[in-house]
Amino acid sequence: MSSHNKQLTAGLLAIGLLASPALAFDFGRPATPDEIKLWDIDVSPDGKGLPAGSGTAVQGKQLFADNCAVCHGDSGQGAIKDRLVGGQGTLASNMPVKTVGSFWPYATTLFDYIHRAMPYPTPGSLSTDETYAVTAYILSLNGIVPADGKVDKDSLPKIKMPNRDGFVPDPDFDPAKLFHTK
Amino acid sequence: MRSREPVDVLPRPASVSRRGFVGGLSAGILGAMATDANAGSLADVPDRGPGADLSAHSERSRFAKIDRIPEATPGKRNIDPSDAINSKTPHQKLVGNITPTDLHYERSHSGVPDIDPAQHRLLIHGMVGKPLVFSVDDLKRMPSITRVVFIECTGNGWENWKKADPDLTVQNTHGLVSTNEWTGVPLKFLIDLVAKDKGSNWMLAEGGDGAGVDRSIPLTDEIVNEAFVAYGQNGEPLRPAHGFPMRLLMPGFEGNLNIKWLRRLKFGNAPWMTRWETARYTQLLANGKARQFQLRMDTNSVITQPSGMMQIQPGYNRISGFAWSGHGKIAKVEISTDGARTWTQAQLSMPVLSKAQSRFQMDWVWDGKPTKIVSRSTDEQGNVQPDRESFIAAMGTNALFHYNAQQTWSIDEAGRVRNVLA
Repeated sequence: MSSHNKQLTAGLLAIGLLASPALAFDFGRPATPDEIKLWDIDVSPDGKGLPAGSGTAVQGKQLFADNCAVCHGDSGQGAIKDRLVGGQGTLASNMPVKTVGSFWPYATTLFDYIHRAMPYPTPGSLSTDETYAVTAYILSLNGIVPADGKVDKDSLPKIKMPNRDGFVPDPDFDPAKLFHTK
Repeated sequence: MRSREPVDVLPRPASVSRRGFVGGLSAGILGAMATDANAGSLADVPDRGPGADLSAHSERSRFAKIDRIPEATPGKRNIDPSDAINSKTPHQKLVGNITPTDLHYERSHSGVPDIDPAQHRLLIHGMVGKPLVFSVDDLKRMPSITRVVFIECTGNGWENWKKADPDLTVQNTHGLVSTNEWTGVPLKFLIDLVAKDKGSNWMLAEGGDGAGVDRSIPLTDEIVNEAFVAYGQNGEPLRPAHGFPMRLLMPGFEGNLNIKWLRRLKFGNAPWMTRWETARYTQLLANGKARQFQLRMDTNSVITQPSGMMQIQPGYNRISGFAWSGHGKIAKVEISTDGARTWTQAQLSMPVLSKAQSRFQMDWVWDGKPTKIVSRSTDEQGNVQPDRESFIAAMGTNALFHYNAQQTWSIDEAGRVRNVLA
């Protein structure tokens, strides 16, 4: 531990002593369940956080044309922003093409990202069903769900993305080992 | 030193005349300003007289031209700012260890939000006993720490993965690292306030920008002890480009983990596998597999003086640059002036701080023959900055992020300094 941290720890200890019962902390206010729900948008690979609802690739095609194509191309081939389709088989080449189909390891991440960050000018403007539909369409463009396919909170975590096994954790921060060493 | 003299920022060896010294640096730090080096006689120096009115805040001298450069992906320079994804620090014009606040590099994923601090909230929830909401004022009332640390974009150095464009400056190659003094509340203090479950060992940090950038952060002892939520930057409120009104500070770790415009911390027990930690900030290796959760920024250094696109004169030159490591303090920096054949230990400016830029310097007499100069750093953990060849052998050329190979500058017979791979 650096001397800096020793000072910090000492400082916090001193504060802790001062803040014993007579000077109890009173910072912030309790968060209510309803307001937490408004902001609690993250989705995990096991599907935790996915909302109820569903969408089809067919519905997604029109939504994509209206909201996404201007940046990503009519069929996700890329334009002024990222290409979303193709690239399989290129990752070990000198010109790797990283797309949803060739690189993204989890379909749940696609829903999460569209929901939180897209469309770029108005993030969060798509409804839950619309987000599922655009997710389904991008996956269908990559041959991961059928052209008439549908996704929802049960099916999305079960999709095995083509590059699911394409990641090697840094040994220092491997989630499978980090907190299980004892 | 009298106040109206131009500041001689580097020590001057007694054995070297002032004329030779200034000449040798003419394309460098002093060259960035219009100096009075051409005033041959003291009689030519303009007379003194009353100056401008005092003001509410200080601007730079009109003779000091110092700017960041907005850029995009490798090779995409001189672009319209609306197409920029980062803005790089002009290291070739800076001295010391602290980056001026307005020149701290910027990387934003959805522009810079205009946040009214009165309306900003930080929600801390998940695996906690007491989910809480904090205002900016709440944070400012809490016990605080102040610490000087570097923040480095994981893309720093990415121009040189596949080739070395000879006309790059050190701003182009290494402008995505900066060091500031940050003030804020220790993460540990917030963890105690919300009564985090013992079973929670991962934390999601999320920003209030349009992209809602979010990263999963492992709660190692090091991170719990060192991370903090900052609201102060070089003594003032954070600048909007750097996360106003509050951001996460993760000393030594990837820039994008230092979530700006922080509005949510959620405690859990596994990483969330966000877009940023899967599709974006992972390093594609030569075999097509991608290294994930390479969170720490590695041991690094670069010579800033002389550096790319400068021109030097034979004779005395002082080599200067800075080193940094996400592992801790820099232990030593060595410089080679013969293309990495022989190495000499440089002088480190004291104090050397953990996980902060550390300035190094070395005297050098250039004989006028073409050569290459390069620096390599070693940190207190014994990590040595790799040479380019062994670095590429380990990482391939597709990784895009975490480039920390030694930076070589070539010098031709005319003294022109250019970016080369090695």
